[in-house]
Amino acid sequence: MKFIHYLEKISGVEILGLVSLAIFFLFFTIMLTWVFRTNKQTLKSISQIPLDN
Amino acid sequence: MQIEKFYYDNKIVKAFGLATIVFGIVGMLAGLWAAIQIYYPASSLNLAPTTFGRLRPLHTNAIIFAFVGNASFAGIYYSLQRLCKARMYSDKLSWMHFWGWQAIIVAAAITLLMGKTTGKEYAELEWPIDIAITIVWVIFGINMLGTIIKRREKHLYVAIWFYIATWVTVAMLHIVNSIEIPVSFLKSYSWYAGVQDALVQWWYGHNAVAFFLTTPVLGLMYYFLPKAANRPVYSYRLSIIHFWALIFIYIWAGPHHLLYTALPDWAQSLGVVFSVMLIAPSWGGMLNGLFTLRGAWDKVKEDPVLKFMVVAITCYGMATFEGPLLSLKNVNAISHFSDWTIAHVHIGGLGWNGFLAFSILYYMIPKMWGTDLYSKKLATNHFWLGTIGIILYAVPLYWAGFEQSLMWKSFTPEGQLKFQFMETVNSIKPMYITRSIGGGLYLVGALMMVYNLYKTMAKGSFVANEAAEAAPLVKEAHAKKEYWHRVIERRPVTLLVLSLIVVAIGGLIEFVPTFLVKSNVPTIASVKPYTPLELQGRDIYVREGCYTCHSQMIRPFRDEVSRYGEYSKAGEFVYDHPFQWGSKRTGPDLAREGNKYPDSWHYNHMYDPRSMSPGSIMPQYTWLLDNALDTASTPAKIRAMRTIGVPYPEGYDLQANKDLMQQANSIAANLKKDKIETPPNVEIVALIAYLQRLGTDIKAEPEKNVTTTITTNK
Repeated sequence: MKFIHYLEKISGVEILGLVSLAIFFLFFTIMLTWVFRTNKQTLKSISQIPLDN
Repeated sequence: MQIEKFYYDNKIVKAFGLATIVFGIVGMLAGLWAAIQIYYPASSLNLAPTTFGRLRPLHTNAIIFAFVGNASFAGIYYSLQRLCKARMYSDKLSWMHFWGWQAIIVAAAITLLMGKTTGKEYAELEWPIDIAITIVWVIFGINMLGTIIKRREKHLYVAIWFYIATWVTVAMLHIVNSIEIPVSFLKSYSWYAGVQDALVQWWYGHNAVAFFLTTPVLGLMYYFLPKAANRPVYSYRLSIIHFWALIFIYIWAGPHHLLYTALPDWAQSLGVVFSVMLIAPSWGGMLNGLFTLRGAWDKVKEDPVLKFMVVAITCYGMATFEGPLLSLKNVNAISHFSDWTIAHVHIGGLGWNGFLAFSILYYMIPKMWGTDLYSKKLATNHFWLGTIGIILYAVPLYWAGFEQSLMWKSFTPEGQLKFQFMETVNSIKPMYITRSIGGGLYLVGALMMVYNLYKTMAKGSFVANEAAEAAPLVKEAHAKKEYWHRVIERRPVTLLVLSLIVVAIGGLIEFVPTFLVKSNVPTIASVKPYTPLELQGRDIYVREGCYTCHSQMIRPFRDEVSRYGEYSKAGEFVYDHPFQWGSKRTGPDLAREGNKYPDSWHYNHMYDPRSMSPGSIMPQYTWLLDNALDTASTPAKIRAMRTIGVPYPEGYDLQANKDLMQQANSIAANLKKDKIETPPNVEIVALIAYLQRLGTDIKAEPEKNVTTTITTNK
């Protein structure tokens, strides 16, 4: 009744870690690329929206 | 281009705003009452509905869903229209949302006081109300999305992103955690059992904090803070990173509520790692908020709205610094089950949620009534009273948490536990008293706000439909360079779907291994389903909210094993629908309560806890001695349990009551030996049966386990 070596018992569990890491890495890469490639003027104009209503 | 004239709907904002005020006061009163009961148990009035175990869920549900919920809706309906330059999509849907939500709150208050509860924290409401919540939530979603689609503003401001993520994630959390099998109109059992139920529940519980108490309120911050300070947010780029990183990481962190429990270690580690990472987006958001005020601190001195916001955002920063800290295993070993947790959540609740709600009320109400705030001085006094209230609330509880936890863990040089549980309780009673004074001050401040806002409304005149004008949105040709950005930023549905994917990833990766692999929860041969009487007793345990003060989870620590017995194993909980691990030890752990005391001890203890353990702060449960046990429900309960996989033999539902009476008679006979005369068919007998069963299964040898047999139907 111990939880030792317990993840290993799941068949094909290696993929879980790899997939998680890949998703994590991709997510932040895409997000940061997107954010920093966006035009500064556009961001500035969007940030004014609350003020002009 | 033709400029269009249209009107913002202020009436719906007013309705949600008033509901915020009313339910805020009710929720705070319930909290104060519950806080007083902890050191003065007689204030429960010895009535079932007003006893701590039922009042505490009422307090948490009222504050979360009625106070913060209504405040968020008020703020969203106000800001969404203005950010979209459009009236709400449908007035009819707005009002269905409003009345539906208030009806749910009233139904929740009534059923919780009646003891109708699923026994899962912050998800206590029974299945018909769960369905109503789903319907009202969908109405809100259609109305919100409809407004966004017919907007006159090209871009979706970041506040709207937070609203969309809130909507989609709360929908997912609510549905997954509420899967339950109805037994009767107001009774159900969680579909999941034990460890899996705990994992789902704290995935929900943690993310309810994230997506009901944080993301909508952050959206409000991103709208109302620039408005009140009259300057754009410090860095819009940072707000985008804040948004995506926050919703992506938050969802993984749930298992940090279950450290050192019987939850598999890998899931605990995953929770810790993501909780620590969470500080980055949270602090990014806090700094973004505070930096917005750079060069405008002179305004903070003048304007109560900004004062409340500064403290709210600072409390957000403190709570989100403390969160990762508490999720480190070595810190959690001290903090968990202690009052530290209560202090932590109230920094968030009183500071972040409460103060932000107050600030937007102080902002919106004068605006909608076309006047100025009745008294800035009164609002400033409210601010100081509230701030001092928060400090007086939290600091004593931090102290109490540390002190009690360290006392629990103290040993004498001879290797004995140094303190009885009761001694640790007695030593922190003064802190409980101080805490309620802090809460009282906070409530007085809120009442001052009620008066101030009432006077403001009286001197202004309400503008139900506020005129505005803007040019309609025209489709423009795609500029290629901009395309990337446009894909997400201007398409609400895409944004919604992406948010859902992002938040679903973390949950899936956590759940899949625990659910797919049966061996993930190793079964213990001697662990058997509850007998019918014990099952009925367990339902009484859930009904009275015993889990709000007693845990059923012995962590593998030297002191806990010495005090309570063998540490808890995952396999012991496989028939627990719902799990009852608890999150707070105001009283001692009950995981191995079975056979510790004679039946008569429990009988007397329920009648008057102080007669058995002097100094106890437990309420009296006198009604359990008189209430007849509802045996008519037994067959339906057994059938429901069978449906969700508890191995009662086929046809057992019809025999169950025979076994139930047999066991009840033997307990009544047992009590008679100790000179207690009681009929066998009262609730106390069932509860004693359940308490005496707790944690005893693994002590029995598998083949000798005959004490709790169930007659098989052959």
